[in-house]
Amino acid sequence: MSSFFDALVQPDIPFMRYALLVGVLGSVAFGVVGTYVVSRRISYLAGAISHSILGGVGAALYLREVHGLAWCHPMLGAVVAALAAAVLVGLASLWAGQREDSVIGAIWVVGMAVGLLFFAKLPSGFDPMSYLFGYVVLVTRQDLWIVVGLDALVVGLAVLLHNRFLAVCFDEEFARLRGIASRGYYLLLLCLTALTIVLLVRVVGIVLVIALLTLPAATAGQFARRLGPMMLLAGLFCMTAVVLGLGISYEHSLPTGPTIVLLAGAVYLAVVAGGRLRSAVRPGVMSKNNGTEIVP
Amino acid sequence: MTSSSAISVRDVNFSYGGVPVLEGVSFDVAVGEIVSVVGPNGGGKTTLLKLLLGLLRPASGRIRVLGQSPEQARLRVGYMPQHSLHDLQFPVSVMDVVLMGRLGCRGAGRLPSWYSAEDRRAARAALEQVEMVSFARRSFAELSGGQRQRVLLARALCSQPELLLLDEPTANVDTVAETRLADVLRQLGRSKTILMVSHDLGFVTNLVEKVICVNRQVVVHPTSEISGESIHDLYGHEMRMVRHDQHLCTGGDGHE
Repeated sequence: MSSFFDALVQPDIPFMRYALLVGVLGSVAFGVVGTYVVSRRISYLAGAISHSILGGVGAALYLREVHGLAWCHPMLGAVVAALAAAVLVGLASLWAGQREDSVIGAIWVVGMAVGLLFFAKLPSGFDPMSYLFGYVVLVTRQDLWIVVGLDALVVGLAVLLHNRFLAVCFDEEFARLRGIASRGYYLLLLCLTALTIVLLVRVVGIVLVIALLTLPAATAGQFARRLGPMMLLAGLFCMTAVVLGLGISYEHSLPTGPTIVLLAGAVYLAVVAGGRLRSAVRPGVMSKNNGTEIVP
Repeated sequence: MTSSSAISVRDVNFSYGGVPVLEGVSFDVAVGEIVSVVGPNGGGKTTLLKLLLGLLRPASGRIRVLGQSPEQARLRVGYMPQHSLHDLQFPVSVMDVVLMGRLGCRGAGRLPSWYSAEDRRAARAALEQVEMVSFARRSFAELSGGQRQRVLLARALCSQPELLLLDEPTANVDTVAETRLADVLRQLGRSKTILMVSHDLGFVTNLVEKVICVNRQVVVHPTSEISGESIHDLYGHEMRMVRHDQHLCTGGDGHE
């Protein structure tokens, strides 16, 4: 890992420092929001939101490169598309009833299709693959400041409204009966999920970012019995995967996004397998994930 | 509706997509009464409960809860849903679940992220009422069905409601848990109006004063008048008679 640490202090390759900082800062939001996503079982909604980002990125690049709108940053397009998808997905989830999965699937693929069409009309040199699977070279100082702002917004709101989100995620109907605007909070949670996804799109890519949102939280869920500790652990698992993934990919010239996601996946599988093994070796002790009643 | 009515339902009709579920339903529940709503599956019990909670609106007719519309009365009502409807993997402690009952209480939890000391005192008191205070720090997922049901009852009690609405309080709980729950409800019945939806006729006949039989329409009986004949009329077929150690009752579907 020595060359990775050397690269971090090299003035001529600042993107490594930016990518590391974006990863570490983004992990905080991923730990918090990922825990809500996994606990509320809305990973597939987050998947639809993340994939629709390509439409926003493509549109922003098209407006900037073809129509000369210099202020149209791809991250702005990503944020707008992610928020629009979050609202649409949320409305579908709340009101589409049995057709919820069809509507969400449509948002998932339409967002990608729109993005690919915009990329086809861009001048040469713009490759959607770098957005789909991540490309740390693309991380700039400007991205870092955007990530700092989004991170503060996401974590601040999630902490400030924690009790409301907890009530809505655990029992939406009861929260509504206690006078909480549960549908509004649900949509807000999806919007926070959208902003969180945007944070690490540059590092791990649109396709793989959903894994980083869910795997560390699912791993943390194997240990934690309350939402707060689960968020903390999920953030640490996410941060570890990002830092180690960046280092390993740099050392061995591997693509960064897949390396990070494979590390997160390997830790999750190891923890689940360890839990099952412990249950098998010590009869009567069930792994947490079995959901078995322990107290008579 | 009389001034002493906790619940007043008048000529209520409700249908799902043109299929009538409740027709011409009228009944009253007096303040301080313990009543049960019984009836076959699909008879409209849950729909009636949702109408009383203001989660559904009747096509016609009038519902008053504690002298207000169901929506206006929500914060004065404690609601206990079935424990089996909750995600058993959800990482939440017993205390966190009970504290949710403080949401919407005046002066409580003003900051959205923190519950006040008053909220925590109320939650502990509610847990003491259902004899679950020693479980406050435990994970909700680790509890048995009966314990979870009592925690949800504590959540309903946490806001000190005037009326308790309980949905199948004995569903998926064993007989020991059922007995403990009955003891708790008997205690609560001294100070609160309670309406419970139940399949378990053995449980309710020993606990309530009045039974509201729902099968699209409603017939109200004092508990003492519940007989094999009235049950046959309600369910449309013969029911099993189950002899318990202490009393004889008529068993409903699945009641052993």
